[in-house]
Amino acid sequence: MQQFNILWLIPFFPLMGAFVNGAFGKKLQRRFGEKIINVIGVTLPWLSFVIAVFAFIKLRGLSEGEFLSDHLWTWVAVGQFHVDLAFSMDSLSAMMALIVTFVGSLIHVYSIGYMHDDESYWRFFSYLNLFMFSMLTLILADNLLLMFVGWEGVGLCSYLLIGFWYKDLNNAKAGMKAFVVNRIGDFGFLIGFFILFWGLGGSWTANGYHVAGTFSLNFHELPELVAGIGDKLLWGVPIATLVALFFFVGATGKSAQIPLYIWLPDAMAGPTPVSALIHAATMVTAGVYMIARMNFLYILSPAAMTVVAMVGAATALFAATIGCFQNDIKKVLAYSTVSQLGYMFIGVGVGAFWAGSYHLLTHAFFKACLFLGAGSVIMAMHHEQDMRKMGGLGKVMPITRWTYWVACVAISGFPIAAGFFSKDEILWKAFDSGVLLVPGWLPWLLGFVAAGLTSFYMFRSYFLTFTGDLPEAHGHEPEEQRPVVTGVLVMLAAGAVILSFVGLPKLWMGAEPALEQFLAPVFEAAEHLPSAGHGHGTEWIMMLLSVGIAFVGMGSAWWLYRGRSNPLPERLKQRFAGIHRVVYNKYYVDEAYHATAVRGFMGTSRLCSWFDVKVIDGLVNGAGTFTRAFAWIDGAIDKYLVDGLVNLIARMVRFCGARVRRIQTGRLPAYLAGLVTGAVVLVVLTRFLMDLYS
Amino acid sequence: MIQVGLGHFLVVGTLLFTLGVVCVITRRNAVAILIGIELMLNASGLNLIAFSHYNNKAVEGSVFVLFVIVLAAAEAAVAMALILAIKRRLRTIDVDQTSSLRG
Repeated sequence: MQQFNILWLIPFFPLMGAFVNGAFGKKLQRRFGEKIINVIGVTLPWLSFVIAVFAFIKLRGLSEGEFLSDHLWTWVAVGQFHVDLAFSMDSLSAMMALIVTFVGSLIHVYSIGYMHDDESYWRFFSYLNLFMFSMLTLILADNLLLMFVGWEGVGLCSYLLIGFWYKDLNNAKAGMKAFVVNRIGDFGFLIGFFILFWGLGGSWTANGYHVAGTFSLNFHELPELVAGIGDKLLWGVPIATLVALFFFVGATGKSAQIPLYIWLPDAMAGPTPVSALIHAATMVTAGVYMIARMNFLYILSPAAMTVVAMVGAATALFAATIGCFQNDIKKVLAYSTVSQLGYMFIGVGVGAFWAGSYHLLTHAFFKACLFLGAGSVIMAMHHEQDMRKMGGLGKVMPITRWTYWVACVAISGFPIAAGFFSKDEILWKAFDSGVLLVPGWLPWLLGFVAAGLTSFYMFRSYFLTFTGDLPEAHGHEPEEQRPVVTGVLVMLAAGAVILSFVGLPKLWMGAEPALEQFLAPVFEAAEHLPSAGHGHGTEWIMMLLSVGIAFVGMGSAWWLYRGRSNPLPERLKQRFAGIHRVVYNKYYVDEAYHATAVRGFMGTSRLCSWFDVKVIDGLVNGAGTFTRAFAWIDGAIDKYLVDGLVNLIARMVRFCGARVRRIQTGRLPAYLAGLVTGAVVLVVLTRFLMDLYS
Repeated sequence: MIQVGLGHFLVVGTLLFTLGVVCVITRRNAVAILIGIELMLNASGLNLIAFSHYNNKAVEGSVFVLFVIVLAAAEAAVAMALILAIKRRLRTIDVDQTSSLRG
């Protein structure tokens, strides 16, 4: 462990940007224009990138298995349990941090062009920086708890950015959907958390509860601790399996896998740079990252690995079929993202953690490139996203076209770009896998078919958008975008090709790929997983098959959609109208969820509401009425009894006074007469009394 | 010749006192009431002198009466001042009409 005291700056810079733009952005923008927002919001992520590069260089210089660490302060300290607020960087988080800071910063640059003239320009950059902060916290977290902070933070930013144009109800709804679905996943994650916590805490023995000696959620101490609880059971299931599965529930939410993938296509309501950064390149890969980070846990449980791999494979194929029939260019890319994330889960599910991570890396580049290319097209078409209304844009937008083409080639898996190497490695590792409870060819087959479909729908979108004739102009001719946009596209496309070199397969080079060697220390635990033992011959055949199906997919797209002139797609659509309708409507999954989960939930809510209104409110109101009645009685006693007594005395005094006042006539003779009478009476009385007593 | 004794003085005193009382009660003029009071005072003074004279010619009674006369003068001065004030304020000294203190 090597202390590296400026690691905290990597997440801190974007946080500062988010704060400054969030707190003062509105005034700054009004006063100085968009430039000042750029200076804050775009420069700080680049500074993060620079520090990430420094850290990476420093990490390369360390011996194998060493990592950088930056301990800020102790966050929680209870008994033996303590959690630090600390960042650490090993090779996996270094890779992720470089992706996030580099692609993220590029997308910040792109946003200068895309968000130009938006009234909430400052708010956009503030959110985007906040997202960078959360994501970097997630990645660089030293322990599971801090990672969860980032995990929730990215969910929040995703919600904020999907609903960025919140004045449109649909956008707000999409944001809410994303948030709620993510919360369901996070709930699973939390349960996994608690079970792990319980498992690590100690155990019941014949002599009572035995507290564990060390109790930590630190990633560098966890492997040993987790290995020690291998035989512990909860509800008859090994804890490792249970925790791994619940963590995976969290991953399906964050990374849009079956059954929680439904939020991602709707998330395309957000601005396109957001779709590129959050919903393609970085945030949605958090689930994959988490599983790769927890690899030592997953390899303890073949059952959990099987679930991960099969869910990934099923998602890859399922989303790919939907992607073939979408007309909205961003929806195609959204389903493509879901599908590619499925590949990553196949990778981490079969124990090829480095291959999953490699696909994550390449995907970040080519998918960001595709999304930003789509954004460029959308800007040129004046916010038209329907591919049926496009066409011929290749002539006027050459840079967008060719970068899009390169990214298509990369995602489809042609062996000249990075996508091929990562995807092929995953498929081969799946086929050759010996750890799953199902035969390795099953996830392979699903992934293989999905690869063909991927190639088909990506080139379909390419041909529909860029070939054929220009649509009739609506006032403005579509034209190529500003250099801030195209420059970013070129850099991402170049990245998608250049990254091939870190993953050239062992079969070709004779040595392990550079990235695999780099990541090896993190995935140490997964090094000796059994394989099915297929030979090099099989691997070559698999590779050729992959290239073959990519060509089949591209060829059919070329045949059906090139130049938008073949009438066959329309005829097929009419011929198989039923199938088309089902797939076009995404297998009615949203509707099914709506009919079951959402309506069930709403029904329960209504029931609770009824209970609240009728029973709880009734009780409260009953108590109120009782108090009121009691107060009324009390008031009556006060008013009639107590006040009555007081008034009675006053009245009596008044009554007597009224009688007595009669003698106070004010006339002097009357008084004198009284005086004299009194005197006479006294004299007479005295006379009699004297007689009486003498 | 009738020997003048204590009894004659007492009768005159009683008559004088009764006249004073009747005057005080019946008259409505405040000055007349004052005069009635003077009559009563002097009647009691006459009694004191008489009792004193027939009690071994003691002088205490005469001293009392001197005091009474002085006091009566002072009292008359105060009362006249009050009557003048009432006259100024109410334009009358008829005691039947000065009844604003009626309860």
